[in-house]
Amino acid sequence: MAETHDTPPVPEVPGLEHTPEIGWRNPKLLFETSRPGRLGVQLPPIGTVDDTPLATLLPEELLRPAIDGMPELSEVDVVRHFTRLSRRNYTPELGLYPLGSCTMKYNPRINEEAARYPGFANSHPLQPASTVQGNLALCWALEEALREITGLSRVSLHPAAGAQGEFAGIQMVQAAFAKRGEKRRYVLIPDSAHGTNPASAHFAGFEVQELLSNEHGTLDLEDLERAMTEDVAALMLTVPNTLGVFENHILEIARIVHGKGGYLYCDGANLNAFVGKVRPGDMGVDVLHLNLHKTFTTPHGGGGPGAGPVAVAAELAPFLPVPTVEKGEDGFYLDFDRPDSIGRLRSFHGQFGMLVRALAYILAMGGRGLARVAETAVLNANYLRKGLEGHYHLPHDSPAMHEVVFNDKSQAEFGVTTMDIAKRMMDYGFHPPTVYFPISISGALMIEPTETVAKEDLDSFIEAMRAIAREAETAPDLVKGAPYTTPVRRCDEVAAARKPILRWTPEAG
Amino acid sequence: MTETQTPDPKKAVASEGGHRYLPIGEVDQREMLEAIGAASIEDLFASLPEAIRLQQPVNVAGPLSDQELRSYLHGLEERNQVAGRNLSSFLGAGAYRHDSPAVIDSLITRSEFLTVYTPYQPEVSQGTLQAIFEFQTFMSLLTGLPVANASLYEGASALAEAALMAYRVQRKRHKVIVAGSIHPHYRATLDTYAKNLEDLEVVEVGWDATGRVDLEALEALLDDDTAAVAVQSPNHFGVVEGWSRVSEVAHKAGALSIGVVAEALSMALLQSPGDGGCDIAVGEAQSFGLPVSFGGPYLGFMAARDEYKRSLPGRLAGQTVDALGKRAFVLTLATREQHIRREKATSNICTNQALCALAATIYLSLHGKVGLRRLAEINLRRATTTRRRLAEAGFPVRFDAPCFNEFAVRSPRPVPEVLAHLEARGILGGVPLGGDYPDLEDTFLVAVTECNQPAELDRLVAELATLGGK
Repeated sequence: MAETHDTPPVPEVPGLEHTPEIGWRNPKLLFETSRPGRLGVQLPPIGTVDDTPLATLLPEELLRPAIDGMPELSEVDVVRHFTRLSRRNYTPELGLYPLGSCTMKYNPRINEEAARYPGFANSHPLQPASTVQGNLALCWALEEALREITGLSRVSLHPAAGAQGEFAGIQMVQAAFAKRGEKRRYVLIPDSAHGTNPASAHFAGFEVQELLSNEHGTLDLEDLERAMTEDVAALMLTVPNTLGVFENHILEIARIVHGKGGYLYCDGANLNAFVGKVRPGDMGVDVLHLNLHKTFTTPHGGGGPGAGPVAVAAELAPFLPVPTVEKGEDGFYLDFDRPDSIGRLRSFHGQFGMLVRALAYILAMGGRGLARVAETAVLNANYLRKGLEGHYHLPHDSPAMHEVVFNDKSQAEFGVTTMDIAKRMMDYGFHPPTVYFPISISGALMIEPTETVAKEDLDSFIEAMRAIAREAETAPDLVKGAPYTTPVRRCDEVAAARKPILRWTPEAG
Repeated sequence: MTETQTPDPKKAVASEGGHRYLPIGEVDQREMLEAIGAASIEDLFASLPEAIRLQQPVNVAGPLSDQELRSYLHGLEERNQVAGRNLSSFLGAGAYRHDSPAVIDSLITRSEFLTVYTPYQPEVSQGTLQAIFEFQTFMSLLTGLPVANASLYEGASALAEAALMAYRVQRKRHKVIVAGSIHPHYRATLDTYAKNLEDLEVVEVGWDATGRVDLEALEALLDDDTAAVAVQSPNHFGVVEGWSRVSEVAHKAGALSIGVVAEALSMALLQSPGDGGCDIAVGEAQSFGLPVSFGGPYLGFMAARDEYKRSLPGRLAGQTVDALGKRAFVLTLATREQHIRREKATSNICTNQALCALAATIYLSLHGKVGLRRLAEINLRRATTTRRRLAEAGFPVRFDAPCFNEFAVRSPRPVPEVLAHLEARGILGGVPLGGDYPDLEDTFLVAVTECNQPAELDRLVAELATLGGK
């Protein structure tokens, strides 16, 4: 992995097409490997009423026949199948996986162990509070830690993911205005924002007004002043923004928003850039959602589960989702009696297993350790930026925090696009960064190394990126045909969307 | 540090040596700063306003070693009383205890599945993509509907997403009718999602003496402004509804039929939502290999008729070919999503529950065609037998309709008293219904799965018999 490529990998891998079928190279679907009579579990005996025909327990019309197409496999078959599939994934444990805005950091394994302790894993969400004091104490401890980290007054651990935390946050803004009999129509969102921001604002009943970022990639205060009227409920801001640039006028921004009676919403997706260094509450942020799978190391899992706690200033606390965890005289309890609450966003109390992991991480780092997270993440991003400057175009030259956005402007003249660069990176043994986002930058390559990457990995990544820049100039077709060394070659996404095949069918076999 | 107290932050010592999660040491840092041309780390934070920069570390405990973390977190988990350790549990109501094969955790904790993200780059994510495709196939087979998505957060928000979807595809219809016998958390969640969408109205319909949807009342509510009717089966009282009777009246009025399943295992044995005429099926698949884990993370699912595939929220994996014509999988139909559509997106859902879906896929592969059905049968038989025995013990059934693995019993004495009596004897006897349904104050829910051993069932029956006077 750390080895570098002085000569580019050859486009044709000799003999690849004639390699004997190795399971992980071209695995069948598990439905295709099924053989009648195999079974992967040992089930308990049916019980005391074995002989009763099913139809006496349930009317015939409510029953279904055996499901054709369901596979029959032994435990061994299943373990082989999924182990083979796993070998067709790249993983952050192999090298850089620098998806910008995703914070693909190392996921501590002690967290996995802890979330599986039987007292946590086997506790039912509807048990009496007296029997789950450990869980409630854990929620309380996590809330306290997150209050400290965010500088905000209360935190709800209820939302299932960042997008739901965001929805909860902007709903609370809606509820706060409703409570005082006010109706505001708009939410301001910069053009560099995550797509979930406008989607969440829309579902909370607001219309979105987009703010254009200036040449530094930040908000223009005069533009904001003009747009911020008394019909604007909130400004939704990502700090640092998706260009990796910290809004250095954040205090003025807060003043302008508050001056018109609006709320400052902060998308906490990029908290990793400043955790332990400054606190959103001190910046004037009124409401903030966090992604525990970003800053707080709960595993991304191939796309979830996440968790999206939402933190608020005291003024918005009455509107938090139900239930909250409270500390009473007889111990901790869940509080459902919150008349101004926006209500529920999901069943039960939250992604509890993720909360265990996040608290374990925070305690493993400690207060000073969290600041070192931000320091190292920012150091790594700036080192990477320095190493790539002059090789790739930098659309904004503002100081970078935890991530840096380049684009394909220098390579485009040779007909090489961001997509080609991304695919070629796979041949060099890396996962590509986030591409074509933020949408305000044409052909963006958004790179976030995180703090959990060693210098030698950054060095080999920089060398690979430089080599690709050279290839773009000298052998553009090589780059455009990439990747060559991956389990499958470039995939036809257009064909997939034109005539979608979304499941296996026996006929298609 | 006492074991069950939060570690005291004041005792935290800031150690400036290496930290086990940070592979950048002092020498690295010096070299890197030099390369950047910065004098110190603080130089890199110059854009942060001076006035608010923290002068002290945030006040949280640590750094703790793995051993200290174990000791603290064991201290917490041991304060819980849980089934299989100190208690017998008959709690269900949307979260069901089932045996989970060991290979699930062994496979899902492989780095290649655990620590990766959404498969945006298909060439290096075929493992995740194929597993999602297989999950979609399983959910399609179980629901009896041709397309299923890559998962949603959990059952309650899945219902909300289904209602919003029905409202989108039905265009000029503004009303969604939901059965009052749908899980109270699901209905509350739908209310939260719907309340700021001014032209979407949510109306509830009650149940009849058998515990099933009151068809007459439903027909009276249905009109040409109704986008959809949502019914849960088995419903929150454990009653198997039968999808067809509801789908028929819904379709007659031009409304869609949404089938909600809070106990996914039931689909192995009961008529599928698709066969019962449902246009959309949503629910909770926690039963497929996920621990009850105090309420999450769980696994929402959604399936629908083919014509709605472009209106589904959430991610979808699809089959295609690579440049050499080999079968490959990709995320597809992304134009529905917020990355492109922004405020016009079908949903704001982004991350879903991929690792939970993988666990379910492994669980379903292991059980397969024969095992899953047999397991469902075991649940049905144990629950039905227990229901009869409790009736004989003086706790009669509340609703005389068929059940699956959960049922409602009428208590001859105040429910809190009965449950407290059982709790004192190490039995979590059930979930009281009075809090959500004042009319059912005398009723509680009892769930029985394969995890409830025969001896446990005997004890429950015996304890209740002392209270039931039989």
